[in-house]
Amino acid sequence: MKRAFGLAAVAALATSAALAETVAPTNVALVDGVIKTSLTGQPGDAGVGRKVFANRKQGNCLACHTNSDLSEEIFHGEVGPPMDGVADRWSEGELRAIVTNSKQVFEDTIMPAFYIESGYERPLEKFAGKSILSAQQVEDVVAYLMTLKEE
Amino acid sequence: MNLKLWITVAASCLSTAALAQDSNKLVIEGEALVTETAAPAHMENVDTIYSGWRFRSSETQALETDDFDNPGFVFLDQGVDLFEKVDGSEGKACASCHEDIEDFAGLRTQLPRVQDGKLASMEDLVNECRTERMGAKPWKWSGGQMTAMTGLIGLQSRGMPVNVEIDGEAAPFWEKGKELYYTRVGQLDMACSNCHENNFGVMIRADHLSQGQINGFPTYRLKNAKLNSIHARFKGCMKNIRAEPFKEGGDEFKALELYLASRGQGLSVETPSVRN
Repeated sequence: MKRAFGLAAVAALATSAALAETVAPTNVALVDGVIKTSLTGQPGDAGVGRKVFANRKQGNCLACHTNSDLSEEIFHGEVGPPMDGVADRWSEGELRAIVTNSKQVFEDTIMPAFYIESGYERPLEKFAGKSILSAQQVEDVVAYLMTLKEE
Repeated sequence: MNLKLWITVAASCLSTAALAQDSNKLVIEGEALVTETAAPAHMENVDTIYSGWRFRSSETQALETDDFDNPGFVFLDQGVDLFEKVDGSEGKACASCHEDIEDFAGLRTQLPRVQDGKLASMEDLVNECRTERMGAKPWKWSGGQMTAMTGLIGLQSRGMPVNVEIDGEAAPFWEKGKELYYTRVGQLDMACSNCHENNFGVMIRADHLSQGQINGFPTYRLKNAKLNSIHARFKGCMKNIRAEPFKEGGDEFKALELYLASRGQGLSVETPSVRN
């Protein structure tokens, strides 16, 4: 009993410590098109990011961007620029800013902001007050994008 | 050639084909339809307007060229039965007053239009007849009976150019529709214009973005195998961008319907069109 309680307390502490390091959408420091540090204080997982990129319910980045690294997925959109070599063109901090809130980097872009939880109108109730991706998913996608090099 | 290279080659052919609308000509049962014409003067950012037919695959296109192959006609046959059917307290059918369905030729091209100070879509006209003159219950805006009837009435205008009134009494409704067209909504924070004005002709995942023209509604969609109303399509689009849709038959969607119709001035009515 005591031991179980102790474990739960440790788990709770660990959770709150992790939460404390995650930057809330409203507190993100996006300056001059750059977010310098990880939104979670943790590095992203490129393997997970690759899945988030393709998943229609998550990033669904393939809806608008072609990406040769995901040639096993049959349909790639053409609305935005191709992702091949994206890490040669942008720094990690720039990519983090673009994924987090592209409209603060490219005025009038069609690209959604993936880490804001307000500022959009008439969201469906189940998405109201939520960001499209979590802070860690943004980091995972950024880590994945950093692997897309051609040079 | 290895498999991966072959896939790349196939994909690049696909993307070349998908760069823009195609140049195919739509001929239905021997009649040539207008699927491309100069944009009306009020459209500032687009030079040429195209029917959604021009963005579909050749297989889907073919279905619309022959009324026997067009799956929408199954529902129009139901519309013919409904037109003849007595319903409501007054003992009347549509056909009691409207002896010849062909008298509706031209109506689709003018709708929505202002009547008694309100913007009226075809669904409003049908339900007004049902409730005021037949003593019958109104049909659901996008239900099967309504789309069968609006499809049948719309067919009478097939081949005629869209020609909605946007000035005078219609102007405030048109302005409201235009504002909605350019307003971003939903968690994805997108306006109609982001896809259908700025990006028509390119692929969004597996879908070839069209100009969002409404000259073929109600449209038979392969996706759900039924006739779809204009407002139901708006609703689907809004849900895709994770926005709370406006009400079918409500002021917002009717205003948007008028504005979109006006972006298709001069295109032939294609009702019932076939889309994916």
